[in-house]
Amino acid sequence: MASIALAAPAPQARRGFSTLLKRKHSVLPGFSLALGYSVIYLALVVLIPLAAVFLKSSTLGWEGFWNATTQPRVLASFKLSFGASLIAAAINVVFGLIFAWVLVRYRFPGKRLIDALIDLPFALPTAVAGIALATLYANNGWVGSVLAPLGVEVAYTPLGVLVALVFIGLPFVVRTVQPVLEDLEAEVEEAAACLGANRWQTFSKVIVPYLTPALLTGFALAFARAVGEYGSVIFIAGNMPMVSEIMPLMIITKLEQYDYAGATAIAVVMLIASFVLLLLINVLQAWTQRSHQRI
Amino acid sequence: MSISVSNINKRFGGFTALDNVSLDFPSGQLVALLGPSGCGKTTLLRIIAGLERADSGEVFLEGANASALHVREREVGFVFQHYALFRHMTVFDNVAFGLRVKPRDQRPSDAEIRRKVRDLLQLVQLDWLADRYPAQLSGGQRQRIALARALAVEPRVLLLDEPFGALDAKVRKELRRWLRQLHDELHITSIFVTHDQEEALEVADRVVLMDHGRVEQVGTPDEVYDHPASPFVYGFLGSVNLFHGRVDGQALRVGEHALELGAHDLAHDASAVGYVRPHEVQLLRDDGLVDGGLPATVLRITSSGALATVELSRPESPGERVEVTVFRDTLRQIGVGEGDRVRLKPLRVRVFPAEAAASSNSSAAAPLAA
Repeated sequence: MASIALAAPAPQARRGFSTLLKRKHSVLPGFSLALGYSVIYLALVVLIPLAAVFLKSSTLGWEGFWNATTQPRVLASFKLSFGASLIAAAINVVFGLIFAWVLVRYRFPGKRLIDALIDLPFALPTAVAGIALATLYANNGWVGSVLAPLGVEVAYTPLGVLVALVFIGLPFVVRTVQPVLEDLEAEVEEAAACLGANRWQTFSKVIVPYLTPALLTGFALAFARAVGEYGSVIFIAGNMPMVSEIMPLMIITKLEQYDYAGATAIAVVMLIASFVLLLLINVLQAWTQRSHQRI
Repeated sequence: MSISVSNINKRFGGFTALDNVSLDFPSGQLVALLGPSGCGKTTLLRIIAGLERADSGEVFLEGANASALHVREREVGFVFQHYALFRHMTVFDNVAFGLRVKPRDQRPSDAEIRRKVRDLLQLVQLDWLADRYPAQLSGGQRQRIALARALAVEPRVLLLDEPFGALDAKVRKELRRWLRQLHDELHITSIFVTHDQEEALEVADRVVLMDHGRVEQVGTPDEVYDHPASPFVYGFLGSVNLFHGRVDGQALRVGEHALELGAHDLAHDASAVGYVRPHEVQLLRDDGLVDGGLPATVLRITSSGALATVELSRPESPGERVEVTVFRDTLRQIGVGEGDRVRLKPLRVRVFPAEAAASSNSSAAAPLAA
């Protein structure tokens, strides 16, 4: 036993980068082919266009880059885009969980129909959604006319941006949480009840921690989609400078002025910020998932 | 703490899971609910726990009617077949769960919880796993943790639903001995559900045999094995050879041969079936001098360890097989090999009326027809 324990660290130490690349004997064929294909594909479709963005923005030089991205109007759009996207993703986590819960746990007439409706924001052209939302929430629209007397204005305000982002983000949370919830055995909840936990304790101490990785994934997806969303937002946002302009709109505006470098500068900031946020969420998710292996 | 159920009925759609079941589980005993799958044993356990509601009938815990109590208030410990551990919590947190969800005024202090969980983990001999997650444990370890978790809230009764069903044979055997020892230490009234007759006979103080939602027999393991109340119980508790014939005084006529019977209450000339366990048959070499018994031919001999299983056919019913288990030494002494002619002398025959035997055949665990 002792000799095994002593011998063990040696191969452990040698394991490193070289073994990572060394071809290992595997029953699954085609590792190098599949990996090579994936890398080339990723490069062509994702990395090269993104690199072009960085390259173009670099023509501005540091000062030009700084000037292009720190104009008050641009900064306001950063704040709105990231703020509204984070809030929208958070709202979607709460309501997406409730939706998924209802769809998994209960049987009711029309369940399949509702299940199908969830995917509509995926399929609908975003401009259609934007126009529909703007019409509904305008002060003379069905919903807007009810809210206006209460002093709540949705259309053409940051709140309108939020509504549009909630709309397009919902399916991401529902579709990531639903299968995980389906996987949660009723026995686990029964065990909690047998141990004296009430409904709220079972929900908060057993079900939510169990769903946390899925909720984080849903949050990340909904957030990523919301940051990049254009079509559905511009109709309801009203696009007032400093108030309801989103980043993608700023980019379009710059493009229309033939300021390509300025547009890519904003895009670079947007990319880096999104990447950092998504990375953070992924790390958080990996951390919560550690203990979530299937039994 | 005693448990009793009276006149429990439960239907799932058109399927009757429990048909007017009444049972008493005396305090401090370990009782096995034994039966084939679909016999209603798990449903009965879940109704006692409060996880399922009976269509009619009552559950009494310590004499008090508990039928309307929620599962939270029944103070039962329940162990599930697939463990149902909280996989996002460590072993320690799993066991501590029941203590931590108590209302604030009843909740023990953190130090008290820590001490209690340590004690329980020591009781199940897994204190060294406190910081692991369920996914890092073996099946047997998971089930012991599930048991420790159930015991943490000091339940009045312990209910185990096929606790060893998901484990491999060797672990299962170890764990059921361990459960028996644990029960002898704790003396908590326990009911466990199983479809494995060996497990029930080995572990339980009393065995309740169920079939088609009804209780067939209740008794100690020896009672139910030695004096099965019905053909179903006989067939379910072990392999059995069936001999069809007619009652003739103190004998069962099988074709032109006779099997001696003990005491029985069947009418003369009634159509009956004799039940004989494979190890309760004497095997004699047919050298023309043997008197009595049924003639048969050895088809195959398979040995496992000290015992040999002899498969035979009788000339009167060539399609059917008789199985006899003997020590391999005995087989060597009488010098019987494959193809030899022998005489079968059952040492103990239990007869049931032919109709009763026919109706139970479908659900009994593979009786060997003969």
